[in-house]
Formats: sequence, C-alpha cells, structure tokens
Amino acid sequence: MTRVLIVDDHRLFRSGVRAELGDSIQVVGEAEDVDTAVKAIAELEPDVVLLDVHMPGGGGQEVLRKVLGSGSSVRFLALSVSDAAEDVIGVIRGGARGYVTKNISGKELTDAIRRVADGDAVFSPRLAGFVLDAFASSEAPSIDPELDSLTQREREVLRLIARGYAYKEIAKELFISVKTVETHVSSVLRKLQLSNRHELSRWATARRLV
Amino acid sequence: MADQKTLAEPGGDAPYRRMTRPMEGRLVGGVAQGLASQLKLDPVVVRLMFVLLSVVDGVGFVAYAVLWMVAPREPHEGHAPARDWSQLAAFSAIGMALMAFGWLTGASKGGIGMLPFAVGGIGALILWQQADPVRRRNWVSGATQSIRKNRVRTLLGVALVVVGAAGFLAAQGELAPARPGLLFTVVVVGGLAVIAAPWLAGLWKELQLERRERIRQEERAEVAAMVHDSVLHTLTLIQRVAQDPREVTRLARAQERELRNWLYQPAQDADATVAAAVRRIAAEEEDAHGVAIEVVCVGDIALDSAGKLAAMLKASRQAMVNAAKYSESPSISVYAEVEGEEVTIFVKDRGKGFDLDTVPLDRMGIRESIIGRMERHGGTARVRTEPGEGTEVMLTMKVEKP
Repeated sequence: MTRVLIVDDHRLFRSGVRAELGDSIQVVGEAEDVDTAVKAIAELEPDVVLLDVHMPGGGGQEVLRKVLGSGSSVRFLALSVSDAAEDVIGVIRGGARGYVTKNISGKELTDAIRRVADGDAVFSPRLAGFVLDAFASSEAPSIDPELDSLTQREREVLRLIARGYAYKEIAKELFISVKTVETHVSSVLRKLQLSNRHELSRWATARRLV
Repeated sequence: MADQKTLAEPGGDAPYRRMTRPMEGRLVGGVAQGLASQLKLDPVVVRLMFVLLSVVDGVGFVAYAVLWMVAPREPHEGHAPARDWSQLAAFSAIGMALMAFGWLTGASKGGIGMLPFAVGGIGALILWQQADPVRRRNWVSGATQSIRKNRVRTLLGVALVVVGAAGFLAAQGELAPARPGLLFTVVVVGGLAVIAAPWLAGLWKELQLERRERIRQEERAEVAAMVHDSVLHTLTLIQRVAQDPREVTRLARAQERELRNWLYQPAQDADATVAAAVRRIAAEEEDAHGVAIEVVCVGDIALDSAGKLAAMLKASRQAMVNAAKYSESPSISVYAEVEGEEVTIFVKDRGKGFDLDTVPLDRMGIRESIIGRMERHGGTARVRTEPGEGTEVMLTMKVEKP
C-alpha cells in the first residue's frame, strides 16, 4: 500500500484526486499551502507527495526546497494545470521525480504514483518534449559531457514518450524490458536535475509556451 | 516596465506636435484655439492673454498676426463654420475696458511699464485655468495641499508679486520709465515662477499617476472582457448541455486552450512556423470532433515557400481527422519534431486500429490525402496499425533551411 499526501490549495481538486485514486493507494493526509505541507510531510512521512506547482507561500518549489533541504528522502510527484516550461523544468530541477498535468486520468495517476514510489521517474509527453528541446537547443560547449547530453537510447525513449507511447509500448517498440525503459527515464531525470548547464533554466524561461 | 509602457504610450500628444489653426470654434483666425490646444490651456485664457497683451503697445496684435501667418490651417471638410460673433464682441469689450482703464490711470502712457501688469495677469490666468475644477475650488478655499506644503515659497512668490506691483506704481510716478519697468517685470515673472513651479510639478506628477491608473483600468477591463466573453459564456453553455458529457468536455477543452493561449502563449502567427501551425490544426480538429488532441513540439522551422510543409500539414490534419472520427480513442497524441532539415510529425491514437491488409488504403483518405500528398511533395508517410492496437501515422519531409 502506497501512502500518499496530497498538497494542493484547491479543496475541490484534493477531494477529486482522493476519489479517483485506486485501492492500492492510501491517502494519509492533505495540505493546502507550503507550511502545512512541510509540517504534514514531517509528521506523516508519506511515501509519495502529490505536489501542486502553484500554491500560496512560494509554491511547490518552496516545499521541495524545505523538505529535501532538510535531508528527507520522501518522493515528490508534481501535479499542475500549468504546462509552462519554466514550471515543469523548475520543479523537476527542484527535486520532483515526475511531472503530470491535472487532466491525467485516475488510472494513469495511480500508475504514476506507484512508479514514483518505486523510485522511478514519470515523464508526461510534454515533459519529454521539453527535455528533448532543451538538450537539443544547446550550442554552448558542455562542462560535463556525461551529464550534459542524452544518449541515443535515452533520446529514443523520450521521443516515444513524447509521441504518446506508454512504457510498455516503448519496451515493445525498442525490444527492451519495461525495467530498462524505467532506467533510461530515471537517468534522464538525473541529468535534468544535476546538469549544471544553466541554459536549461534559461531555456525554460525563454520558452514560455504551453 | 509599466512606466516605460506609460511613457511609450501613444496618447496623440507627440512631443513636437505642430500647432495648427482649427476652423471649428474659431473667433478670428483660430490662432488662440490652436495655441490653446498646443499649450493644453483653455482657449478663453489664451484669448484673454492676447487681449491683455494688445493693450500693451499692441504686442498682442503683432503676436497674433505672426502666429496667424506661421501656423497652417487645420484641414477642414466642407463649409467653414461661422464665427461666434457674440464671444468676439465680449472679448473686444474686455479689451476696450482695459484700454480705457489704462488711459484713465495713465498707465498706458508708460508703454513698456505696462508689461508687469500684463505678465502678472497672464500668470494668474494660467494658474487659475491649469488647475482642474476641483483644484481650482481648493485653490479658492485656500485649502490646497500644495500651498500648505510650500508655504515658504508661496509667501516668497506673493511678496515678490506685491513688491513688483508696488515698484511698478513707484516707477510710474518718479523713476525713469524704461529701466526699472523691465527690472520689475523680471521680478514679477520670477515671483510667478516660484509660485507656479511646485504646483506645476505636482500637477505633472498627478497626471502621471492618472495615466498609470488609466492603464491599470484598461488592463482590468481587458481581463474582465476576456472572462466575460469566453469563460462565463462557456460556463453557461456547459450548464445548458450538462446531459451531454461529450459536448461538455469539448467546450471545457476549447475554453481551457483559449485561456492557456491567452495566459502563456506569446502572440504567434499560426501560419508562419510548423509548431504553431500544428497547434492550430490540432485545436481546430479538437473543436470539430470533441476529441482531446495533445500536441508536443520539439524544435521549429518556418514554413517553406515551395509548399512542402504546407502539404505535410494538410496530411497531418487528415490523419488527425481520421483518428478523431474512426478510432474511438478518447485522446490523440501529436508529436512534431524538427531536427535540422528534417521535419517529422506523428499522429497516434489508442483506438481500435484496423487491419492494413483487409481495409483498403484508399479508404479514409489515407492513400490520397496522406500518402499521395506526401509523396508528391517528396516526403514519406507510413501508417502503423493493428486491430486493437491503435494507429500511428508518421509523416517525414525534408526541407532546405531558409
């Protein structure tokens, strides 16, 4: 049973998510702003925090900074209505292990939560598109070639995610296991978070596209 | 940012607008009116100024004549409007009265010694008129903030005016008329400047504030209009079709997209680049068929003049239409990628798919509208499908970078 905390400033949305989540997910609490979220995470120690990006008091990034800064190993899945690149890249670089939009179906959300709980990454098609775009748009020489570029395989996986393929379909398409797909995505996530190419953030800000 | 906008805002008052003489509402030649609009004063004030100055050795007449010659007439359609003779008569009467007053007191003989009078009068007039009605009332009641705040300067100015006036009288009586007259004129003008400067500065600041407030209100009005025209409208429509979930979804999606565009999307020319065009086509088909179409674009390229990309876009539209109409998939994924000179568009659904061998390709416009069109323009199209596995159409086109 995966224990989940829902952090969102819209009560309607919180109850909606609660109702939609499958039986394998236990919602242990809700929080509506940065402070209550930080407190609830410390008290309840959930497996996964469903984190809204836009909230009073600094938003999801502030929660990430406070919680992960204090050495917690709780996992975050960002959930937002915004598809703006700066928001998406911002929370991922802040430490979230995935990003999905709020119009995701209950079943998909349940899958995503389980995946994050298992330590894998969750990429929506749009996030995959952003990453491809961001890593492709670089012309500046990279500082750390391992972190600053994607491998051919990672690119293929991301491209398939962007095309709307599920992990299982990607595995079938590339003749690899689902586990390998997950490994590739996690590795992309790691690069996204650790690469100190500042173009990433700059790119995201410059590209204010939905 | 807002300030820069404020400054750059075209208010019709470019800094060096040329003075013109309007035909509408003129009394003599339209000079006073033109000058008034140039100086942002009431025409009455300017007219009184001319009358006052005319009493002083006819300076006003000369100035009026010069301005009449210099300033071009404002273009006017149709018959020139008649002059307002009653007003003209009133101003003439004022001029006569002043002249008579000057003659009786002997001031007019002083010639240039009359100038302080005229300058003081004009200054006072401007002070009176420039303030808006509310301010004028405050001024009269003596409660105006700026007077209180700048009491010292006000007192100084008033004292100077008084000294100037007294000196003028003294000069009339005893001193050689020319030199002290000039001197006192300077003193009077200086006094008036000291009185008026802080107040004018205050006015200027107020004007700026007003302008900013107006822009803010305009922005608010724009948001309100947006909410009213689209969001409220859509919500009403949704309530009316509440029993039709498909239609409700379609309306909500369309509204969401519109709002997102408005919030985040820079104004884009939908016909200029591939990414923008794909987004627009997806939005149109989403509206037409009520199926959610998710678009992801990586890279971008301007549309080519040879029409290769336009053909590709048409093919992608056909693929979206097919997916929306026949696949029964709840959503469609569109992925457009530009890599160097190669443009690829994928249109994928998770619907029922079909058997490529049994369903002839010329159905659903696949052979003509998708494959044929792509091949004619030097591209390729590939259709991948299986019953129960959904369908994916892949379009590829090579173009030369502009």
